[in-house]
Amino acid sequence: MSAIAIPLPKRRNRLPGFGLSLGFTLFYLSAIVLIPLLALVVRPFEFSLADFWNAISAPRVLAALRLSFGAALAAAAIDTVFGFIIAWVLVRYNFPGKRLMDALIDLPFALPTAVAGIALSTLYAPTGWIGSLLAAENIRIAYTPWGVLVAMVFIGLPFAVRTLQPVLQELGREFEEAAATLGATRWQTIRRVVLPMLLPALLTGAALAFARGVGEYGSVIFIAGNLPMKSEIAPLLIIIKLEQFDYAGASSIGVVMLAAAFVMLLALNGLQVWAAKQR
Amino acid sequence: MKRFRPATDDPPLMRLFLGAAAILFMLLFLVLPLLVVFSEALNKGLGPALVILSDADSLSAIKVSLVTAAIAVPLNTVFGIAAAWAITKFEFRGKAFLVTLIDLPFSISPVVAGLIYVLVFGRQGWLGPWLLDHDVRILFALPGIVLATTFVTFPFVARELIPLMADQGRDEEEAALSLGASGFAIFRRVTLPNIKWGLLYGVLLCNARALGEFGAVSVVSGHIRGKTNTMPLHVELLYNNYDYVGAFSVAALLALLALVTLALKSFLEWHYADELATVHRH
Repeated sequence: MSAIAIPLPKRRNRLPGFGLSLGFTLFYLSAIVLIPLLALVVRPFEFSLADFWNAISAPRVLAALRLSFGAALAAAAIDTVFGFIIAWVLVRYNFPGKRLMDALIDLPFALPTAVAGIALSTLYAPTGWIGSLLAAENIRIAYTPWGVLVAMVFIGLPFAVRTLQPVLQELGREFEEAAATLGATRWQTIRRVVLPMLLPALLTGAALAFARGVGEYGSVIFIAGNLPMKSEIAPLLIIIKLEQFDYAGASSIGVVMLAAAFVMLLALNGLQVWAAKQR
Repeated sequence: MKRFRPATDDPPLMRLFLGAAAILFMLLFLVLPLLVVFSEALNKGLGPALVILSDADSLSAIKVSLVTAAIAVPLNTVFGIAAAWAITKFEFRGKAFLVTLIDLPFSISPVVAGLIYVLVFGRQGWLGPWLLDHDVRILFALPGIVLATTFVTFPFVARELIPLMADQGRDEEEAALSLGASGFAIFRRVTLPNIKWGLLYGVLLCNARALGEFGAVSVVSGHIRGKTNTMPLHVELLYNNYDYVGAFSVAALLALLALVTLALKSFLEWHYADELATVHRH
């Protein structure tokens, strides 16, 4: 008996509203996001590219970019380590107050950045609760590049925790059991079995925290002290240049930051594809 | 008798160490900053804090913030619903790219978000001369603040609804259609009840960010006291004038708002987890 597979006719989608909803989506996306972004993208070509390079290669601009990218990278690393520990504790351990702790993780998303900025600045200033303890040891955090780092760690933490948490929850324990039966210590199991499986999520969380840190403004400027060449971040320099009506200078830094954002977006998409393949 | 510990449980010492590290880190970076806001605001008692909050400049800042959110949030909600409807109920080319574009504002620095509107509407911008001739004010006025806020809060509702509605498919809507329901009736009586908690979740986050946005608004507002200052900008202004009680009083109001948002958000996650998108990053 031979069976012939007859392909079912593809069911026609007769739901209404496709033209209207897609049309509005594209119109609104263009009006609010794409066209204004285009104004920045074409800016270097409206003036000469030489002006663009001159603006970017000025020592003050380079120093600001180096600080923004460097501090964001360090903050992403710190957030990834502690984000893993916090996510691990939240998923694997049971203790009173766990739900409260879980809810509090999102504070940096919910708290306006200016509020976080003045709070961190007051906390770490030489007269503040933490700053006065550190001042006794001759350590200064506020109004130095270390202050920039502290603010970026604060703002990036939820990205690391929230990216890891769902993956940890889904992670079956059978691999850990297998490692234990083969004689691995608990620490060896975590390091050689659990962490490699979490690698895509760890990297995704780090990338999100990094991207947020690079562009962060509100929570950083109060604690940074904003000394040119020392503790001045790139977004602040954009604002300073705008206030001096130096549109070309401001746009040049803006273009670099926009390019970095695109690269991060591509990297994140790549990570997502990799994570999906691993599953 | 010795009690056995399952092989996948951490040894007690390790639990103690990791637990302590997690709690200490959160105390240092999350709890203390929150406490310092309220402690500084109430430094001289509740009276002076309330006086600051009820002065004309503070009230004006609160009003500007509320008006801005009242425009930006509904706009992005309508957009989020339209985008999710098109993306999840229909097939078309370039869909993945469209989803990436919708997420774009999240990866762009708020200051750059402000900058692009200066390049469009500013005096040296694309539309600058025309606006000047026709006496239309966008920058350093409410429209600019609303636009910048709309940009930074753009993806919130859409990115909550898209995964949620993609999971739900379109079977129920097609059933309603076959029974003769009109497009609007399908949305209101079939789709909306299915997505209402997810929609509320997205609107909640969108609103919190709209009220709290600082960087983007800072670029376009012009910081005109009593006119174009939002609540976060008013915090900055008071702080830079060494009025710490004032700055922290307004900040405490914003922090209270953030705590209410967190409480509502957690409530939705605990009670309606099945009716929300599974992955939450923002």
